[in-house]
This record gives sequence, C-alpha cells and structure tokens, in this order.
Amino acid sequence: MIKILYSFLFCGLICVIAQLILDNTKLTPGHITSIFVVIGSFLDTFSIYDKIVEIVGGGAMVPITSFGHQLIHGGLASAVSFGPLGIIMGMFSLTASGISAAIIFSFFFTLIFKPKN
Amino acid sequence: MVKKMKNKKYEEITEKHKPNEHRGKNCLVAFLIGGLIGGLGEILIELYIMWFHISQSQASTYMIITLIFLACLCTALGFFDKWVTFARCGLLIPITGFAHSMQSASLEYKTEGLVYGIGSNAFKLAGTVIVYGVVSAWSFGMIRLLIGGGAV
Repeated sequence: MIKILYSFLFCGLICVIAQLILDNTKLTPGHITSIFVVIGSFLDTFSIYDKIVEIVGGGAMVPITSFGHQLIHGGLASAVSFGPLGIIMGMFSLTASGISAAIIFSFFFTLIFKPKN
Repeated sequence: MVKKMKNKKYEEITEKHKPNEHRGKNCLVAFLIGGLIGGLGEILIELYIMWFHISQSQASTYMIITLIFLACLCTALGFFDKWVTFARCGLLIPITGFAHSMQSASLEYKTEGLVYGIGSNAFKLAGTVIVYGVVSAWSFGMIRLLIGGGAV
C-alpha cells in the first residue's frame, strides 16, 4: 500500500520539475522530454534508477525517465553475454513492448477515428 | 552600443508586461495529475499480479501497455488535447505523453495518405525521445562497460 503513496509522490515530483522548467525557460515540451530521457539513462549508468524502482515501484516506471532507464538496462543485460556489441543488440529488448504498442494502437485508432479540430 | 542598450531595454519592458501565468497553480495541477497517473500505474501493477498471478516485470509491461492504450484512445476520441492544455507536464511527462504525441501526429497527417501521411509522420514528435534515448543509452552504456565492468 505504501508503494502507491511513494508512486504518487515520485511521479508528481518529476512532473513538477518538468513544469518548473517549462514555465521558467523557453524550452518546449519536446526539449523537456528529451532531457528527461537522457537524465533517466544517466541515473541508470550507476544503478541509481534501479534502486528508485525497487523503492517506488510502478510510479518510477510511468514517467518518461524510465524509457531511458529501460534502454540502457536492456543494453547492459545483453552486454554481459555479447560484450560491447550487446549494448546495441539488446537496447530495445525492454522498451519494445511500449513502442510497438504505441505504434499499433495509434495506427488502428487513426484508421478508425477522424481528426477533430 | 546604442542598439544593444535598446535591445536590453526592450527585453526589460516585455518581461514586465508578460501575462502572469499562475505558475504556482500550474505546478500544483502538474503534481496532482502526474501523481495520480503514477499511483494508477502502481495500482494497476498490483491488480494484475493479483488477477493473473504474473511476475512484477510482466505486470509492469502490461501496465505500460494499458496506459498507452488509454492515452491513444482518449486522443483519438478528441478530449485528451483539452486535458493536456489543462495539466501540461502532468500528462506530457508520463508515458501517456509519448502515446499522445504519436497518436496526434498520425491523426493530423491522416489526410496525406497511408504511407506518406501516417507512415512517415507517426514519429514526428515522438522521434526525438527515441533518438536521444538511444544515443544517450549507448554512450552511458559504453562508459559503464569501460569503468564498471558492465554487470547490471
């Protein structure tokens, strides 16, 4: 149960940091999501993000920072058996589900629904 | 020199007359909405583990797919854009923002056809996330391999 509270606080905190950057600088949401992905993969370089995921649970998997974390995590997991080439081979092994799902759903919903402006 | 001074003065004046955007309220809304989505993610994971008796990592994959499905559906139905203008980063930073950007880009270019409309424009906004994610993950991964030996 306590994990739900931690998830709420952690995810909310990341969104507040992003909102502060958006309000106080000239960066667009595209810049901010790119920066947060880089931050996520940087935090996982020395396994800091893994510990956050252990404590917080689902709330750490939801923000876009977890995308960078999963990219480097899959790469390093496959680098154990394949060496430096493994980073390239295994990079999408964890994020593939999210990207594929986004492509499939968006394609079929685009075929079904009409754009509303 | 005079021109520089004028530019500086102009910037000062525009800064003074900028509309007050209620930054405190924006932050509170982003915190609440983003936190709710994070909490929903954790609740979904626990429900999936309880219902289907699957591992934590499988359940979190299902949770992410569920959130992407909901975001795509709400964008296609047309009311997610209003929520985004209200909650801003509360909805753009979670994985819902990624799904929303793909869905809205492909809806926007639907009229240009299946291949050159949907096919080539689907990643118009979401592509930045993937490019910088892959580049940074590769660079940091190589650094980790060289310094730390690589074990996860």
